[in-house]
Amino acid sequence: MVVSFKLNGIKREAIVEADTTLYKLLRELGCYSVKCGCETTNCGLCTVIVNNKSVLSCAVLALDVDGAEIETLEGLESEALEFGLCMADEGSEQCGFCNTGFIVNVVMMMRELDEIDRESVKKYLAGNLCRCTGYQGQLRALEKFIERKRGIKI
Amino acid sequence: MYIANNYVRAKSLEEAWELNQKKNNKIVAGNCWTRLGHGNIGTIISLKDLGLDKIESDKEQIKIGAMVSLREIENNKEILESFGNCVQKAVESIVGVQFRNLATVGGSVWGRFGFSDVLTVFLALGAKVELFKKGIVGIEEFIEMDYDRDVLVSIILPKKGLKASYDSVRLTKTDFPMLNCCVARNGEKMRVVIGAKPTKARFFDCDFNEESDKIVEQFVFGSNLRATEKYRKSVAKVLIERNRRAVM
Repeated sequence: MVVSFKLNGIKREAIVEADTTLYKLLRELGCYSVKCGCETTNCGLCTVIVNNKSVLSCAVLALDVDGAEIETLEGLESEALEFGLCMADEGSEQCGFCNTGFIVNVVMMMRELDEIDRESVKKYLAGNLCRCTGYQGQLRALEKFIERKRGIKI
Repeated sequence: MYIANNYVRAKSLEEAWELNQKKNNKIVAGNCWTRLGHGNIGTIISLKDLGLDKIESDKEQIKIGAMVSLREIENNKEILESFGNCVQKAVESIVGVQFRNLATVGGSVWGRFGFSDVLTVFLALGAKVELFKKGIVGIEEFIEMDYDRDVLVSIILPKKGLKASYDSVRLTKTDFPMLNCCVARNGEKMRVVIGAKPTKARFFDCDFNEESDKIVEQFVFGSNLRATEKYRKSVAKVLIERNRRAVM
């Protein structure tokens, strides 16, 4: 079956099976930032943006995104770079496996939340698991990033 | 994950229903829970093109389409104004934002899962379930029904002026609840719903001042990896009291 969509601003078309997941399709199309961790819709590693909403691409059927606009980290470079640098400064990248999904969700959080505080940040990012940092480094990186972008301390 | 041979976006509810009569076919909504299943699906039936992703509100009720995501009901102003933050509280701990952008109200209710937060709050609010063939049934009746091949169209929340409060206990954030409870007050009466006991939610209607010891006796609790029956019973009393205080 044929599915067509916009991937990082470029029109794409692909032939997929009925049960092909978006995660698998994006990897086939060269978006290697999209990783799969748990495959049980829990860890947030495979986060991508579909129609301006962050979703778990391991649970999305490729055929469900027909006509949609999809953004992965590859297409968010300029938005994501600044936060990525904050993570590096705070030593919160560690093994790096969860970073891509985490950064995508942070970008989406900044787009979605008009008012931001420590509690809302924690709630928004609760679906991004990290097994090495203990989250403190990530929180420091977020503090730094949000202060730069919004001029507020969380 | 399951293996599927075909995928169809239904053009009408009738088409979705007809396709769903074949045992091997399956309606897939958010695919969050379904994807954990194994085996073969003949045809995946998608309801995406049926306009079931809307929340409509009038003086009498709020109608939530089956394909509305949990994130949308979490952020919906009409629901917040009509029922306070109980619906928001019930869904905000379900995995993460990315999950709740996918998981649908229809899928959550249709599953009648023992761990469901959604079922607990909707049961307390006296929701009704609109099924394509059977029509509108009370959620109390719906949770007792067998899993048939009907199509869930929407959830209806009547605006009865209830004051409701929801609380749950989880071993870790974003995990399944160890126990959840919602209390809805209607004048001097209240409905107490307890879910994740670990079996599916049940309700008890009583006077607002009924003793929590007596209320807890109306529910059957069980043990699993998350907690024992005895512990759940103790926690249930606390949650009832907390929620009762919140709606005083």
